[in-house]
Amino acid sequence: MPSETTQPSETTTAPALTMNDVRSLEAGLDALQTAPGTTTRRRSVWPVLAPLLATALLIGAWQLFVLAGIKPTYIVPSPLDVLHQAVEAWGRGDIQQALVTSLERGIVGFAVAVLVATPIGILVARVRWVRLSFGPIITGLQVLPSVAWVPAAILWFGLTDTTAYFVILMGAIPSIINGLVAGVDQVPPLFRRVGQVLGANPWEAVRHIILPAALPGYLAGLKQGWAFSWRSLMAAEIIAVGGKIGFGLGSMLQQGREIQDMSVVLVAILLILAVGIGVELLVFAPLERRLLRRRGLAAETSR
Amino acid sequence: MSTAASRATTEIPAAVRLDQVTKRFAPGGPAVLDRIDLTIAPGEFVCLLGASGCGKSTLLNIVAGLEPASSGTVQVAGSLQLGGNAALMFQEPALLPWLTARRNVELALRLRGVPRSERRDRADELLELVHLGGAGDKAVHELSGGMRQRVALARSLAQERDVLLMDEPFAALDAITRDLLHDELERIWLATGRTVVFITHNVREAVRLGQRVLLMSSRPGRIVREWTVEVHGQRRIEAPEVAALAMEITDHLRQEIRRHAL
Repeated sequence: MPSETTQPSETTTAPALTMNDVRSLEAGLDALQTAPGTTTRRRSVWPVLAPLLATALLIGAWQLFVLAGIKPTYIVPSPLDVLHQAVEAWGRGDIQQALVTSLERGIVGFAVAVLVATPIGILVARVRWVRLSFGPIITGLQVLPSVAWVPAAILWFGLTDTTAYFVILMGAIPSIINGLVAGVDQVPPLFRRVGQVLGANPWEAVRHIILPAALPGYLAGLKQGWAFSWRSLMAAEIIAVGGKIGFGLGSMLQQGREIQDMSVVLVAILLILAVGIGVELLVFAPLERRLLRRRGLAAETSR
Repeated sequence: MSTAASRATTEIPAAVRLDQVTKRFAPGGPAVLDRIDLTIAPGEFVCLLGASGCGKSTLLNIVAGLEPASSGTVQVAGSLQLGGNAALMFQEPALLPWLTARRNVELALRLRGVPRSERRDRADELLELVHLGGAGDKAVHELSGGMRQRVALARSLAQERDVLLMDEPFAALDAITRDLLHDELERIWLATGRTVVFITHNVREAVRLGQRVLLMSSRPGRIVREWTVEVHGQRRIEAPEVAALAMEITDHLRQEIRRHAL
């Protein structure tokens, strides 16, 4: 301010901003503050190539070990022996049968586990006395290896598919419940208050705010639940062979052991591994990526 | 400021009326709010000013119905506050990140019972009102801080409550954006005739926006002084009369803070 007589009226009566001024100002600021190029997602070949190279390296090391002749090939067969065995088993239809049997059990069992665990999870997360009384038991069940249920299941259900399903459920349900509870616990209190302010009743709050907000934790629980059920299914199939129980990948492992054919055992192991990787890559990874990208949490969508 | 209502009269029911409202977080503990009486006329823009920890957010939560008062009565729009009578905007935009801008606004409409067929158009209208007509399909993380806060404002307006409570809504924004949102809020207030209760610790902001500025003391929280801002036509935060009044209020605010020095 130069002197005391500089038109004081100008600042006071200057018609501040007309509506159009505000609009254009805001539009300019919005453009400046939202950086362009948020959609430049560079596709790289490395995420695909690197694991393939690593796999090739491991197979190479395996081959070298066999060539060195440290162990006889009936104990450590070469990668090519295993491949031959796989082709033969495919020709007999063993692989298809084992894959279909195990995958069917895994998927159906997991789906039932999700249906059972989700409502229980919501109850445990939202109802105080349920959490107080059943929370620790569920956590305990999650720690208990579900293989421990196999003998009991055989006594109860015999050598039937029910035994396999029971073990899957006992493996997956506690993980899914705990994942959902953890997800609900991590919902920012601010979101709950948004629900209150917007006048949501308890059911609407769960449906529109709590559950969507808990989705990342829920998905983590599903992922772990799947891993647990797949593992326990394999254990159940190894132990419970014969009777009316179908021929799965675990049965194939057990069969390889009985006929003392290491290449059959390795084929089964590789198949079990392949299913695990396949489910992760085809189901959980895309779900997770979509979830994170939509919420602006993925690494690529940096601003 | 033609639509702005004049002072509360006995004939028109107050938009907000607090009668001897006291709040203690523990029974027998110190009073966070001490016998607050406050009447706000429909269409009034009132700023509540105070140092951190003076209980202004608590007061707002009580008016919003999010917390009960320990004693005293709170009336919003003529009826006792039982929750959900007033719209509330937070310092954070608090938008749900899994929904687009439009869906965030639509959720407020949905929870109010607006039928599905009307929601989309109504949400677009509200986004247009905050000058975000083209951003409806954007994800929350694609919006700047100022844009998010405007979506939050649109969501509050979607609640169709006569009273809009704002808890330091612009405190986290940069100064340029904040100035602009002052203009924006004033425009929307004039256009919609809402009653606004605005909490801030920024004295100039209070003088820039409010028709009345209430100063709160801390521990216990009381309303200790009140100014009526006599400005005709739009004010700017840089205007000398805004600065002059802000200086006067700041002096009182500092006095209040000094009382706690010992």
